[in-house]
Amino acid sequence: MQRRHLLTYIGAASGALALALFAGWWQVDGPGAPEPVAKRPLPLTEMDFRMTDQTGTAVGPESLLGNASMVFFGFTYCPDVCPTTLSDISSWLDDLGEDVAQLNVVFITIDPKRDTVAAMAEYVSYFHPAIQGWRGSRDQTMRAAEGFRASYEKVATGGGDYTMNHTASVFMFDAEGQFAGTIDYHEPREFAVPKIRRVLARTEEETS
Amino acid sequence: MKSPVAAVAIALSIFLGLPISSFAGSQDIVVEDAWARASIGKNRPGAAYMTVRNTGTDPVTILSLETPLAMMPDIHRTTTDANGVSSMAPAGEITIAPGEAVSLEPGGLHAMLMRLETPMVEGESFSLTLTFDDGGTVTVDVPILGIAARGPEG
Repeated sequence: MQRRHLLTYIGAASGALALALFAGWWQVDGPGAPEPVAKRPLPLTEMDFRMTDQTGTAVGPESLLGNASMVFFGFTYCPDVCPTTLSDISSWLDDLGEDVAQLNVVFITIDPKRDTVAAMAEYVSYFHPAIQGWRGSRDQTMRAAEGFRASYEKVATGGGDYTMNHTASVFMFDAEGQFAGTIDYHEPREFAVPKIRRVLARTEEETS
Repeated sequence: MKSPVAAVAIALSIFLGLPISSFAGSQDIVVEDAWARASIGKNRPGAAYMTVRNTGTDPVTILSLETPLAMMPDIHRTTTDANGVSSMAPAGEITIAPGEAVSLEPGGLHAMLMRLETPMVEGESFSLTLTFDDGGTVTVDVPILGIAARGPEG
Protein backbone atom coordinates (compact mmCIF):
# COMPACT_ATOMS: atom_id res chain seq x y z
CA MET A 1 0.00 0.00 0.00
CA GLN A 2 2.81 2.41 1.02
CA ARG A 3 4.68 1.62 -2.13
CA ARG A 4 1.62 2.37 -4.20
CA HIS A 5 1.27 5.82 -2.56
CA LEU A 6 4.89 6.55 -3.32
CA LEU A 7 4.39 5.66 -6.98
CA THR A 8 1.38 7.97 -7.13
CA TYR A 9 3.44 10.81 -5.67
CA ILE A 10 6.28 10.20 -8.10
CA GLY A 11 3.80 10.09 -10.96
CA ALA A 12 2.12 13.31 -9.90
CA ALA A 13 5.46 15.05 -9.31
CA SER A 14 6.85 14.10 -12.71
CA GLY A 15 3.55 15.11 -14.30
CA ALA A 16 3.77 18.53 -12.63
CA LEU A 17 7.39 18.86 -13.72
CA ALA A 18 6.48 18.03 -17.32
CA LEU A 19 3.67 20.56 -17.20
CA ALA A 20 5.99 23.26 -15.83
CA LEU A 21 8.58 22.49 -18.53
CA PHE A 22 5.90 22.62 -21.20
CA ALA A 23 4.51 25.91 -19.86
CA GLY A 24 8.04 27.33 -19.79
CA TRP A 25 8.71 26.25 -23.37
CA TRP A 26 5.34 27.66 -24.49
CA GLN A 27 6.11 31.09 -23.08
CA VAL A 28 9.78 31.32 -24.02
CA ASP A 29 10.22 29.49 -27.32
CA GLY A 30 6.78 28.15 -28.18
CA PRO A 31 3.68 29.78 -29.66
CA GLY A 32 3.19 31.87 -26.51
CA ALA A 33 6.55 33.59 -26.92
CA PRO A 34 6.36 37.39 -27.23
CA GLU A 35 7.48 38.93 -30.51
CA PRO A 36 11.15 39.86 -30.28
CA VAL A 37 11.07 43.40 -28.92
CA ALA A 38 13.81 44.64 -31.24
CA LYS A 39 11.71 43.82 -34.32
CA ARG A 40 8.60 45.71 -33.20
CA PRO A 41 8.19 49.35 -34.18
CA LEU A 42 8.64 51.84 -31.34
CA PRO A 43 5.51 53.59 -30.04
CA LEU A 44 4.95 56.75 -32.11
CA THR A 45 5.57 58.78 -28.94
CA GLU A 46 9.16 57.50 -28.85
CA MET A 47 9.91 58.25 -32.50
CA ASP A 48 11.46 61.50 -33.65
CA PHE A 49 11.60 62.57 -37.28
CA ARG A 50 10.53 65.60 -39.31
CA MET A 51 8.87 65.37 -42.71
CA THR A 52 6.67 67.33 -45.11
CA ASP A 53 3.27 66.05 -46.21
CA GLN A 54 1.73 66.34 -49.68
CA THR A 55 0.24 69.75 -48.83
CA GLY A 56 3.60 71.19 -47.78
CA THR A 57 2.80 71.02 -44.05
CA ALA A 58 5.50 70.02 -41.55
CA VAL A 59 4.62 66.66 -39.96
CA GLY A 60 6.14 64.13 -37.58
CA PRO A 61 5.09 61.09 -35.54
CA GLU A 62 3.23 63.34 -33.07
CA SER A 63 0.93 64.45 -35.93
CA LEU A 64 -0.54 60.94 -35.87
CA LEU A 65 -1.59 60.84 -32.20
CA GLY A 66 -5.30 61.12 -31.40
CA ASN A 67 -6.39 58.82 -34.23
CA ALA A 68 -5.50 55.27 -35.17
CA SER A 69 -2.85 55.14 -37.91
CA MET A 70 -1.64 52.99 -40.78
CA VAL A 71 1.88 53.73 -42.01
CA PHE A 72 3.82 52.10 -44.85
CA PHE A 73 6.99 52.73 -46.83
CA GLY A 74 7.55 52.81 -50.57
CA PHE A 75 8.60 55.01 -53.50
CA THR A 76 6.85 56.37 -56.54
CA TYR A 77 9.30 54.85 -59.06
CA CYS A 78 8.15 51.41 -57.90
CA PRO A 79 6.15 49.82 -60.73
CA ASP A 80 4.60 46.83 -58.98
CA VAL A 81 4.45 46.58 -55.18
CA CYS A 82 3.75 50.24 -54.34
CA PRO A 83 0.83 50.94 -56.68
CA THR A 84 -0.55 47.52 -55.69
CA THR A 85 -0.27 48.37 -51.97
CA LEU A 86 -1.81 51.81 -52.46
CA SER A 87 -4.69 50.46 -54.52
CA ASP A 88 -5.26 47.57 -52.04
CA ILE A 89 -5.35 50.06 -49.17
CA SER A 90 -7.67 52.34 -51.16
CA SER A 91 -10.14 49.46 -51.51
CA TRP A 92 -9.90 48.64 -47.77
CA LEU A 93 -10.61 52.32 -47.01
CA ASP A 94 -13.61 52.21 -49.35
CA ASP A 95 -14.91 49.28 -47.25
CA LEU A 96 -14.48 51.23 -44.01
CA GLY A 97 -16.71 54.03 -45.29
CA GLU A 98 -17.13 56.91 -42.84
CA ASP A 99 -14.83 55.32 -40.25
CA VAL A 100 -11.90 56.44 -42.41
CA ALA A 101 -12.28 59.88 -40.76
CA GLN A 102 -10.91 58.25 -37.56
CA LEU A 103 -7.81 56.95 -39.32
CA ASN A 104 -4.47 58.40 -40.48
CA VAL A 105 -3.09 56.65 -43.56
CA VAL A 106 0.47 57.60 -44.41
CA PHE A 107 2.74 56.57 -47.27
CA ILE A 108 6.37 57.50 -46.49
CA THR A 109 8.87 57.57 -49.37
CA ILE A 110 12.24 55.89 -48.83
CA ASP A 111 13.52 57.48 -52.04
CA PRO A 112 13.55 61.23 -51.18
CA LYS A 113 16.14 61.86 -53.90
CA ARG A 114 13.56 61.30 -56.66
CA ASP A 115 10.34 61.70 -54.69
CA THR A 116 9.92 65.43 -54.10
CA VAL A 117 6.93 66.79 -52.17
CA ALA A 118 5.30 67.65 -55.52
CA ALA A 119 5.91 64.10 -56.84
CA MET A 120 4.37 62.61 -53.68
CA ALA A 121 1.39 64.96 -53.93
CA GLU A 122 0.69 63.94 -57.52
CA TYR A 123 1.20 60.24 -56.77
CA VAL A 124 -1.15 60.02 -53.78
CA SER A 125 -3.81 62.03 -55.66
CA TYR A 126 -4.47 58.94 -57.81
CA PHE A 127 -5.53 56.87 -54.78
CA HIS A 128 -7.99 57.15 -51.86
CA PRO A 129 -8.13 60.80 -50.70
CA ALA A 130 -7.34 59.77 -47.10
CA ILE A 131 -3.85 58.59 -48.08
CA GLN A 132 -1.14 61.10 -47.20
CA GLY A 133 2.33 61.19 -48.76
CA TRP A 134 5.23 62.11 -46.47
CA ARG A 135 8.73 63.03 -47.61
CA GLY A 136 11.77 63.87 -45.47
CA SER A 137 15.47 64.47 -45.98
CA ARG A 138 17.76 61.44 -46.29
CA ASP A 139 18.68 61.63 -42.59
CA GLN A 140 15.10 62.07 -41.43
CA THR A 141 13.97 59.16 -43.63
CA MET A 142 16.62 56.97 -42.00
CA ARG A 143 15.43 58.03 -38.53
CA ALA A 144 11.83 57.25 -39.44
CA ALA A 145 12.69 53.80 -40.80
CA GLU A 146 14.70 53.07 -37.62
CA GLY A 147 11.70 53.93 -35.46
CA PHE A 148 9.43 51.64 -37.46
CA ARG A 149 12.17 48.96 -37.63
CA ALA A 150 11.72 49.10 -41.40
CA SER A 151 14.59 48.61 -43.79
CA TYR A 152 15.37 49.78 -47.31
CA GLU A 153 18.23 49.49 -49.73
CA LYS A 154 19.11 51.01 -53.09
CA VAL A 155 19.73 48.50 -55.88
CA ALA A 156 21.27 49.53 -59.21
CA THR A 157 19.41 48.30 -62.29
CA GLY A 158 21.96 49.46 -64.88
CA GLY A 159 22.49 52.66 -66.84
CA GLY A 160 22.39 54.80 -63.69
CA ASP A 161 18.84 53.66 -62.87
CA TYR A 162 18.02 52.13 -59.53
CA THR A 163 15.20 50.51 -57.64
CA MET A 164 14.64 50.18 -53.89
CA ASN A 165 14.16 47.06 -51.80
CA HIS A 166 12.02 47.98 -48.82
CA THR A 167 9.77 46.73 -46.02
CA ALA A 168 6.33 46.45 -47.60
CA SER A 169 4.26 45.78 -44.44
CA VAL A 170 1.61 48.21 -43.25
CA PHE A 171 2.19 49.22 -39.60
CA MET A 172 -0.83 49.97 -37.41
CA PHE A 173 -0.91 52.13 -34.28
CA ASP A 174 -3.69 53.05 -31.88
CA ALA A 175 -4.65 56.64 -31.04
CA GLU A 176 -2.09 56.74 -28.22
CA GLY A 177 0.66 55.75 -30.63
CA GLN A 178 1.09 52.17 -29.39
CA PHE A 179 2.03 49.64 -32.07
CA ALA A 180 -1.09 47.58 -32.88
CA GLY A 181 0.15 45.04 -35.44
CA THR A 182 0.93 44.84 -39.13
CA ILE A 183 -0.95 44.02 -42.27
CA ASP A 184 1.17 42.19 -44.78
CA TYR A 185 1.46 43.65 -48.18
CA HIS A 186 -1.09 41.89 -50.43
CA GLU A 187 -3.11 40.55 -47.48
CA PRO A 188 -6.63 39.65 -48.67
CA ARG A 189 -9.27 42.22 -47.84
CA GLU A 190 -11.27 39.75 -45.67
CA PHE A 191 -8.32 39.70 -43.21
CA ALA A 192 -7.12 43.26 -43.63
CA VAL A 193 -10.39 45.12 -43.11
CA PRO A 194 -11.30 43.37 -39.79
CA LYS A 195 -7.75 44.06 -38.51
CA ILE A 196 -8.19 47.77 -39.18
CA ARG A 197 -11.66 47.70 -37.58
CA ARG A 198 -10.17 46.09 -34.43
CA VAL A 199 -7.60 48.88 -34.10
CA LEU A 200 -10.34 51.47 -34.63
CA ALA A 201 -12.51 49.80 -31.95
CA ARG A 202 -9.58 49.76 -29.53
CA THR A 203 -9.05 53.46 -30.19
CA GLU A 204 -12.71 54.17 -29.45
CA GLU A 205 -12.43 52.38 -26.07
CA GLU A 206 -9.35 54.40 -25.19
CA THR A 207 -10.86 57.74 -26.01
CA SER A 208 -14.34 57.15 -24.52
CA MET B 1 -17.65 15.89 -103.28
CA LYS B 2 -15.59 14.09 -100.70
CA SER B 3 -17.13 12.22 -97.87
CA PRO B 4 -18.10 14.16 -94.77
CA VAL B 5 -15.75 12.00 -92.70
CA ALA B 6 -12.74 13.07 -94.80
CA ALA B 7 -13.81 16.70 -94.59
CA VAL B 8 -13.97 16.47 -90.81
CA ALA B 9 -10.56 14.77 -90.71
CA ILE B 10 -9.00 17.50 -92.87
CA ALA B 11 -10.65 20.23 -90.81
CA LEU B 12 -9.46 18.58 -87.63
CA SER B 13 -5.87 18.24 -88.85
CA ILE B 14 -5.83 21.91 -89.87
CA PHE B 15 -7.34 22.86 -86.52
CA LEU B 16 -4.78 20.87 -84.58
CA GLY B 17 -2.02 22.03 -86.88
CA LEU B 18 -0.40 18.62 -86.63
CA PRO B 19 1.71 18.10 -89.76
CA ILE B 20 2.44 21.66 -90.85
CA SER B 21 4.00 23.14 -87.74
CA SER B 22 7.54 24.41 -88.14
CA PHE B 23 7.66 25.92 -84.64
CA ALA B 24 7.76 23.56 -81.69
CA GLY B 25 5.16 25.25 -79.52
CA SER B 26 4.75 29.03 -79.60
CA GLN B 27 1.77 28.74 -81.94
CA ASP B 28 0.02 27.04 -79.02
CA ILE B 29 0.54 30.05 -76.77
CA VAL B 30 -2.52 32.06 -75.80
CA VAL B 31 -2.14 35.36 -73.97
CA GLU B 32 -5.16 36.38 -71.90
CA ASP B 33 -6.24 39.30 -69.70
CA ALA B 34 -3.36 41.63 -70.59
CA TRP B 35 -3.44 45.02 -68.86
CA ALA B 36 -1.12 47.72 -67.63
CA ARG B 37 -1.27 50.68 -65.28
CA ALA B 38 -0.99 54.24 -66.50
CA SER B 39 2.30 55.96 -65.68
CA ILE B 40 3.07 59.42 -64.33
CA GLY B 41 5.22 60.86 -67.10
CA LYS B 42 7.86 58.66 -68.66
CA ASN B 43 10.63 58.72 -66.06
CA ARG B 44 9.13 55.99 -63.92
CA PRO B 45 9.08 52.38 -65.12
CA GLY B 46 5.70 50.88 -66.00
CA ALA B 47 4.37 47.38 -65.44
CA ALA B 48 2.14 45.12 -67.51
CA TYR B 49 0.33 41.96 -66.47
CA MET B 50 -1.19 38.99 -68.33
CA THR B 51 -1.72 35.24 -68.31
CA VAL B 52 0.39 33.23 -70.77
CA ARG B 53 -1.16 29.83 -71.46
CA ASN B 54 0.54 26.92 -73.23
CA THR B 55 -2.23 24.90 -74.92
CA GLY B 56 0.26 22.65 -76.76
CA THR B 57 2.06 19.42 -75.96
CA ASP B 58 5.61 20.79 -75.62
CA PRO B 59 7.13 23.06 -72.99
CA VAL B 60 7.65 26.62 -74.22
CA THR B 61 10.09 29.18 -72.80
CA ILE B 62 9.63 32.96 -72.91
CA LEU B 63 12.99 34.43 -73.94
CA SER B 64 12.35 38.15 -74.24
CA LEU B 65 9.88 41.00 -74.59
CA GLU B 66 9.74 43.83 -77.06
CA THR B 67 7.52 46.91 -77.30
CA PRO B 68 7.70 50.28 -79.05
CA LEU B 69 6.63 51.78 -75.71
CA ALA B 70 9.80 51.03 -73.73
CA MET B 71 13.45 50.58 -74.57
CA MET B 72 14.10 48.01 -71.85
CA PRO B 73 11.18 45.67 -71.25
CA ASP B 74 11.93 42.61 -69.12
CA ILE B 75 10.03 40.15 -66.95
CA HIS B 76 10.73 40.81 -63.26
CA ARG B 77 9.67 38.98 -60.15
CA THR B 78 8.74 40.63 -56.86
CA THR B 79 9.52 38.58 -53.77
CA THR B 80 8.90 39.34 -50.10
CA ASP B 81 11.13 37.78 -47.42
CA ALA B 82 10.25 36.67 -43.87
CA ASN B 83 10.95 40.20 -42.56
CA GLY B 84 8.42 41.71 -44.95
CA VAL B 85 11.13 43.24 -47.16
CA SER B 86 10.12 43.13 -50.79
CA SER B 87 12.57 43.19 -53.66
CA MET B 88 12.44 42.90 -57.42
CA ALA B 89 14.80 41.11 -59.79
CA PRO B 90 14.83 39.90 -63.42
CA ALA B 91 12.93 36.61 -63.52
CA GLY B 92 15.19 35.02 -66.16
CA GLU B 93 13.74 32.59 -68.67
CA ILE B 94 10.25 31.38 -67.86
CA THR B 95 9.25 27.93 -69.07
CA ILE B 96 5.59 27.01 -69.33
CA ALA B 97 4.79 23.29 -69.21
CA PRO B 98 2.20 21.84 -71.65
CA GLY B 99 -1.31 22.61 -70.45
CA GLU B 100 -0.01 25.07 -67.88
CA ALA B 101 -0.19 28.86 -67.64
CA VAL B 102 2.03 31.49 -66.11
CA SER B 103 0.35 34.49 -64.51
CA LEU B 104 2.00 37.88 -64.52
CA GLU B 105 0.09 39.60 -61.73
CA PRO B 106 0.62 42.34 -59.12
CA GLY B 107 3.08 41.34 -56.42
CA GLY B 108 4.60 38.49 -58.44
CA LEU B 109 5.82 38.32 -62.02
CA HIS B 110 5.35 41.40 -64.14
CA ALA B 111 6.51 42.78 -67.46
CA MET B 112 8.63 45.67 -66.25
CA LEU B 113 8.72 48.44 -68.85
CA MET B 114 11.92 50.40 -68.27
CA ARG B 115 12.93 53.52 -70.19
CA LEU B 116 9.48 54.54 -71.45
CA GLU B 117 9.49 56.30 -74.81
CA THR B 118 6.12 57.93 -74.11
CA PRO B 119 3.94 58.21 -70.99
CA MET B 120 1.42 55.40 -70.51
CA VAL B 121 -1.96 57.12 -70.80
CA GLU B 122 -5.15 55.62 -69.37
CA GLY B 123 -7.52 54.53 -72.17
CA GLU B 124 -4.74 53.96 -74.72
CA SER B 125 -3.04 50.65 -75.50
CA PHE B 126 0.32 49.41 -76.76
CA SER B 127 1.63 46.30 -78.45
CA LEU B 128 3.91 43.88 -76.63
CA THR B 129 5.72 41.02 -78.39
CA LEU B 130 6.82 37.90 -76.55
CA THR B 131 9.62 35.85 -78.16
CA PHE B 132 9.80 32.13 -77.42
CA ASP B 133 12.62 29.59 -77.53
CA ASP B 134 11.41 28.04 -80.80
CA GLY B 135 11.89 31.40 -82.54
CA GLY B 136 8.15 32.10 -82.67
CA THR B 137 6.58 35.29 -81.39
CA VAL B 138 3.19 36.33 -80.06
CA THR B 139 2.11 39.97 -80.12
CA VAL B 140 -0.64 41.23 -77.84
CA ASP B 141 -2.39 44.56 -77.51
CA VAL B 142 -2.21 45.72 -73.90
CA PRO B 143 -4.91 48.17 -72.69
CA ILE B 144 -3.70 50.85 -70.27
CA LEU B 145 -5.94 51.19 -67.20
CA GLY B 146 -5.81 53.72 -64.35
CA ILE B 147 -2.85 53.97 -61.96
CA ALA B 148 -4.97 52.50 -59.14
CA ALA B 149 -6.20 49.52 -61.24
CA ARG B 150 -5.96 46.15 -59.50
CA GLY B 151 -6.70 43.77 -62.34
CA PRO B 152 -7.76 43.47 -65.99
CA GLU B 153 -11.24 44.74 -65.03
CA GLY B 154 -9.82 47.89 -63.51
